Amino acid sequence: MTAAPAPAAGTGAGPGPAAAAPRRPLPGRDALLGGAGAAAFLLLWEVVPRTPAVSADYLPPASEVLATLAERSATAAFWSAVGATVSAWALGLAIAFAAAVALGLVIGSVPALRAATASTVEFLRPIPSVALIPLAILMYGTDLRSTLLLVVYASFWQIYIQVLYGVADLDPVAEQTARAYGLGRWARLRHLVWPTALPYLLTGVRLGAAVALILTITAQLTIGTPGLGQEISVAQSSGAAPLVYALIVATGLLGVAVNTGVRALERRLLRWHSSVRGEAAV
Amino acid sequence: MSANGNADGSVKATATAGTAARTGAAAAGRVLGLPAVLIALWWWAAASSGSFFLTDPGTIAATFAEVWVSERFFTDVLPSVGLLLTGYALAAVLGIGLGVPLGLSTRLRAAAEPVLEFLRAVPPPVLVPLLMLLVGLDGSMRAAVVVSGCVWPVLLNTVEGVRAVDPVLADTCRVYGVRGRRRLGVLVLRSASPQIAAGLRQALSIAIILMVISEMFASSSGLGYAVVQFQRSFAIPEMWSGIVLLGLLGVVLSAVFARAERHALAWHRGLRAASRGE
Repeated sequence: MTAAPAPAAGTGAGPGPAAAAPRRPLPGRDALLGGAGAAAFLLLWEVVPRTPAVSADYLPPASEVLATLAERSATAAFWSAVGATVSAWALGLAIAFAAAVALGLVIGSVPALRAATASTVEFLRPIPSVALIPLAILMYGTDLRSTLLLVVYASFWQIYIQVLYGVADLDPVAEQTARAYGLGRWARLRHLVWPTALPYLLTGVRLGAAVALILTITAQLTIGTPGLGQEISVAQSSGAAPLVYALIVATGLLGVAVNTGVRALERRLLRWHSSVRGEAAV
Repeated sequence: MSANGNADGSVKATATAGTAARTGAAAAGRVLGLPAVLIALWWWAAASSGSFFLTDPGTIAATFAEVWVSERFFTDVLPSVGLLLTGYALAAVLGIGLGVPLGLSTRLRAAAEPVLEFLRAVPPPVLVPLLMLLVGLDGSMRAAVVVSGCVWPVLLNTVEGVRAVDPVLADTCRVYGVRGRRRLGVLVLRSASPQIAAGLRQALSIAIILMVISEMFASSSGLGYAVVQFQRSFAIPEMWSGIVLLGLLGVVLSAVFARAERHALAWHRGLRAASRGE
């Protein structure tokens, strides 16, 4: 932000003398501050329930919640719930991914098809998938398919729209070059369309993965399909506040794992792309 | 996005037919063709399958008019939408209000990041049982659920947007002595607004999800509750009409949002087009 000639030195990645760039944070300072922030948050959570402002019955202190979580994570039931949640999430996301990529590539590359489906897509996309909950209950009960219906519907659109954008972003010069060099339909798809659409596709996967987790938990919470969401709903109706909080922390950790996992995948698959390379260079 | 396809189609149509009327008909066909086919298929499937759960579109439309165009509109639909919008507005104010200082200060951001990263990863629907414990079952619980779920996308996008303020513009503002509240309005909020709008858009769909499930899960009134009641009492056409209403709510809210965004960010689109040399 400040010194323009700094990158010319070329040692931005590993600054030796910190005095040269006074506004650049010291290495590790962010981690330190982050740790302090997290500690402050936990401390607040520990102290507030012990004051008369909030009853500890409703907001148990952090230590109690974390102890409950530790205790709970020693049981097989907890891990089978985690397994059910993760597998429903992964299966739903995989189905949505396959359908969205296949349809997106086909419909995106044929302008006539794209024009014909645009109005339908624009109408169906904003329909909240929770509207399908009653239908899922009627058709599948507490079966895994109920969860899948919601998860696939919600995450499909996220990925599909991104694939459409990606295919539309095709550089016309590159495409004509590919045609001039006699690349066939398949080769064009592999070497031209796919790399162009990949960053968009991965954005779609990142959004879709988060939405899929939300809907997996929602389905378990409201419909009662097995998993972490159902455990939360059971704990809530039995009034076990520390357990509700512990399970919520568990879903949060699962969410963090999903987010970091997808971001790592994105960086790995796009390491050739300027957005990732640029980030590494600065 | 579909400018390419449209141009292709219309060029071809004028070349072959040469009349504006034919082009108009083709455009109408493109917009209405597939929906018409799908509705016809649905109708046919409902009539031929004889399934108890599948209601044909005609019956749904008739039931829709009967069920929702009544006092139910004022007792169930309006309060739900009101709570949704209240919660959403509060979340927007809170998210932008907290996001600006976090985006402006590197230290603050570094300190808050791990906690925010965790809180935003918590799937918002789990807050429903939590807030049932904390606040109870009434309308304020539903609004609180909406606020607590919607605030994260707004907050995080505001932080990102504020952080990514163009350094040249920031330096220019400093040189011209623009500071304080004026700097906030002229520079910070304005350059962050496209990103804030993206956050608000994400928050809108989360708001609908949260309103519906908080009513399904923990309420004795409202739109979500009504739909689940129909399902539990096997009032299938009524249930379908509720699903259609929820769908319409989503479509209308996102259309209103898109319109408002286009209006508010007109300068941004102009700027981008200009910088691309269009």
